[in-house]
Amino acid sequence: MAGAAGLLARSLAAAAGRTLPVLAGISLLVFLIVHAIPGDPAVIAAGLEAGPETVERIRRDLGLDRPLPVQFASFVTRALQGDLGISIRTGLPVAQEIADRLPFTLLLAAAGAVVATVTGLSAGLLAAVFRNRWVDHLVMSLTLVAVSTPSYWLALMLMLTFSLQLGLLPSIGIGTPAHFILPIATLGLQSAGLVGRMTRATLLDVLKEDYVRTARANGVPAARVLWRHALPNALVPITAVIGLRFGGLLAGTVLVESVFAIPGVGRMMVDAVLARDFPMVQGGVLVVASLYVVVNAVTDAMAGVLDPRVRA
Amino acid sequence: MRGTALARFAANRAAVVAAGVLVTVTAAAVLAPWLAPHDPLAVDLMNTLAPPSAAHPLGTDHLGRDTLSRLLFGARVSLGIAVTSIGAALVLGVGLGLLAAWHRGLVDAAFVRVMDVLLAFPDLLLAIAVVTILGRSQASTIVAVVVFSLPTLARVTRAAALGAVAHDFVLAARAAGASSRWILARHVLPACLTPIVAQATVMLGSAILLASGLSFLGLGVQPPDPEWGAMLSRGRDMLRAAPLGAVAPGVAITIVALSFSIAGDGLRDALDPKG
Repeated sequence: MAGAAGLLARSLAAAAGRTLPVLAGISLLVFLIVHAIPGDPAVIAAGLEAGPETVERIRRDLGLDRPLPVQFASFVTRALQGDLGISIRTGLPVAQEIADRLPFTLLLAAAGAVVATVTGLSAGLLAAVFRNRWVDHLVMSLTLVAVSTPSYWLALMLMLTFSLQLGLLPSIGIGTPAHFILPIATLGLQSAGLVGRMTRATLLDVLKEDYVRTARANGVPAARVLWRHALPNALVPITAVIGLRFGGLLAGTVLVESVFAIPGVGRMMVDAVLARDFPMVQGGVLVVASLYVVVNAVTDAMAGVLDPRVRA
Repeated sequence: MRGTALARFAANRAAVVAAGVLVTVTAAAVLAPWLAPHDPLAVDLMNTLAPPSAAHPLGTDHLGRDTLSRLLFGARVSLGIAVTSIGAALVLGVGLGLLAAWHRGLVDAAFVRVMDVLLAFPDLLLAIAVVTILGRSQASTIVAVVVFSLPTLARVTRAAALGAVAHDFVLAARAAGASSRWILARHVLPACLTPIVAQATVMLGSAILLASGLSFLGLGVQPPDPEWGAMLSRGRDMLRAAPLGAVAPGVAITIVALSFSIAGDGLRDALDPKG
């Protein structure tokens, strides 16, 4: 067990080594957003009606009069200390605004990942067991449709069916736990498609391996072969896909939060773009993209530990 | 060689159906001005949210505009954005991928780093960053899709080109004194085309999904232009009164995205039976 812990630590350290340059690149891109906007950022931040003194004050306040590398260094230093600047629209710290909304987004993405995993794994398992039979064809067609369906449209159709026609669930808002069922189902079902396809493909590969054939030849029942031999070995690539999908889920919350009027970070970013509230856009993109990269690095490290070939 | 690839594609029933759908949708997009029963922008406030009828087969929207006409003209906008942006991403991505594979060393290392950062952004976040910089418009939607699809296409090109430059015919061309540009264009690129074409076809579907998502959020194509995602952005409010108006554009997006993905996979299998 201590060996596993040490392995995880080493695996995490390696993942951190790969991740830090990417995080640095992300902050550079996010930092450059404001400077890439055509026009003077100070004027944009101050608003069109502001006088020259206000513009100059804002330029000094934001440090826009200093050289770019210095500005970037201070952007990163402050971000690491949890200071993401002040929202132009609300006048509140961006970090505070994000902290207020992040729980909704994380809840949606995490619960969506659980739904995706459970549904996708079961679907992929079914398809692999009933390979080339009608169950397989049905599951594979459904997963393909799921992957190609826009999440916001799936959301609208679920809303049309379960809220408007059947009256079973609330449509928009966050009043009760029931309000979160449709958004989570939307995110989960969409990602379940990819998880299902990956599960089927991996299982079929594993079922061709020698040890599976040996187990079968030794008279191990088919169900036991599947549960004890095939599935555990198929989990590695499946974990990786779920980790990758988490980024899709985080980004997907942007659309789903907008449809269901959930006050998460995704909706906040859309509102911020519409209001040209740059610090808010920067903060949101930085936090969500970094989260995605970190989650991916952790699932990568975990997949490494899960892989018996690495463990041995 | 070409004949057998075509035969393999023709034997793949799903891929043939998908290709048929895409040809039909493209034809409908091109012929929209003649096929559409109404002007897609014509507002008729006496006739809003109308149910399907002979005059309006798919009903009308909240401004009384004909949904079928908007759907047909929307195909032009949605397909146009996808084709333009994937075309631009192909030119840039293939160029960058070939350069990285050819020069190796520092150029390649820098290329891999930059692409890693771009791929680290979930698609919609990258698009939001682009729209923040360029403002909301059809043009910035195209740029956003280019930025999103460039790293994948460039990576696929680089991977294929790394294999191709190791071939003897490239060595021979080098030894014979051919210029880099000649070798890349005449020997390396043709050897990489299969994965690039297949990936680009699949990415046309992703492009449609991303662009319509942006427009749905109000960050892409702006009203009153008919774009499939933008048509849905009022969908929630119209859901009860005119469900068909919210169903139709979504069906269109799903079918086209699905077809690109099936056709792309079929193309890959047909061109490269080993893979």
